[in-house]
Amino acid sequence: MRHTAITVSTATAIAVVLGSLSLSIPTVSQAESSVDEGKKIAFDRKKGNCLACHQIEGGSLPGNIGPPLIAMKARFPDKQVLKAQISNPQKNNPNTIMPPFGPHEILSAGEIDMVVEFIHTL
Amino acid sequence: MKKIAVTFTTLCTLAVLMLGCASNPAEKDLNDFRDYYSKRFPDTPTNDFINGVYSIDKGSRDQWESLEEFPPYEIIIEKGEKLFNTPFKNGKTYASCFSVPVDSIKSSYPYFDKKRKEVITLELALNDCRKANDEEPLKYKTGAITHLGAYLAFQGRGKTVNVTIDSSKESLEWYNRGKQHFYAKRGQLNMSCADCHYYNAGNRIRADILSPALGHTTHFPVYRNKWATDGDGMGTLHRRYGGCNKQVRAKPFEAQSEEYRALEYFHTYMSNGLTLNGPGVRK
Ligand code: HEC
Ligand code: HEC
Repeated sequence: MRHTAITVSTATAIAVVLGSLSLSIPTVSQAESSVDEGKKIAFDRKKGNCLACHQIEGGSLPGNIGPPLIAMKARFPDKQVLKAQISNPQKNNPNTIMPPFGPHEILSAGEIDMVVEFIHTL
Repeated sequence: MKKIAVTFTTLCTLAVLMLGCASNPAEKDLNDFRDYYSKRFPDTPTNDFINGVYSIDKGSRDQWESLEEFPPYEIIIEKGEKLFNTPFKNGKTYASCFSVPVDSIKSSYPYFDKKRKEVITLELALNDCRKANDEEPLKYKTGAITHLGAYLAFQGRGKTVNVTIDSSKESLEWYNRGKQHFYAKRGQLNMSCADCHYYNAGNRIRADILSPALGHTTHFPVYRNKWATDGDGMGTLHRRYGGCNKQVRAKPFEAQSEEYRALEYFHTYMSNGLTLNGPGVRK
């Protein structure tokens, strides 16, 4: 979140300098909308269905097969590591029950990116 | 439990020395399987696993028990009894196809038929009987086959699961095929039966508690509300297999395909010694 905020204010500053405030608006809503989109995909039973196995803030009736997804930013300071876990969990644990969202094309690359954006806010 | 297992192994070791007791790899699987569940659920007596998820979840057990007092399958058992005793066009009845009394039919299946070199399930035997008597075969997942199945399961209540894997090469091959199905990941979601009903038995997938695979087969056919929306609620074990395959976005096999008969053979063998208690009601 902080990272996004800094980027946004930088963008705004540049935009102000450039005299074209409108440039900053898509930057803000894009960041927010990919988190929102990511949340939708994560919660959608036909998409990520992450709640089947993980407790996630804002989601009801979660399963408990996997660990609760909390303190993600602290646990995964590097977003790429988080992305690797979500995209292909078998790399860390060949026998995991967590579905291979990337390799099995359960989610598209773009959808995985948005889910990562959302999970990283937790 | 463990004591019995140890005694048994010792006996078998002695027997190998003396008689060449063909030691059967399935026996070791069975002991390991039992051990795992008894450690995972120390409060559940072994025979209580026949009650599925209710054997490990006190919360839903009361509700289920009151459902079992006026069970929705009662009328189904009556239908099955009528079917079983109604003569075919040639005057014979189903009973003519079975060499055991009606209360022992359920517990005789599945078994490996040495002549046919395949696993024969109760449903297959019922349709073989119809064919031998010039009747059209029944569908394998719903309808009359579940009525007959419910009647025979009810008659056979209290008998014991007793599947034999003799060490003939073919019967072991069928057993291994079923075991392989149970542990193999499949479908777009890449999950095995074992992922849900072994490693994660007792955990929640969303709001559903996953039942242990031990005791899974004892109470089929089963009535489910979910199955009552487009039918009478009854389904065979293979109907359930298909449903669980579909959940992980795998293409289900045909009911009574070799694949599912092999799975049933393995799956039922794992419950050897438990009490038959069909038909059942499940969520
Ligand atoms: C069928 C169960 C299942 C589903 C569905 C599932 N996961 Fe997982 N997840 C697990 C399990 C179990 C683990 C524990 C690690 C392992 O098994 O290797 C895990 C681990 C994780 C971790 C690492 C957590 C940590 O603290 O180390 C993250 C992040 C994660 N999952 C995110 C997701 C997201 C995002 C989704 C949905 C898009 C998802 N999972 C769907 C079962 C699941
Ligand atoms: C994604 C998780 C999942 C997988 C994989 C899965 N199941 Fe299930 N299964 C369930 C759920 C949830 C239920 C309903 C709750 C319960 O009884 O466990 C269920 C119920 C059952 C039942 C009915 C239990 C009863 O007491 O009547 C049987 C039998 C069964 N599954 C067998 C299998 C077999 C065999 C496989 C593999 C071919 C399999 N399942 C794969 C989730 C799964």
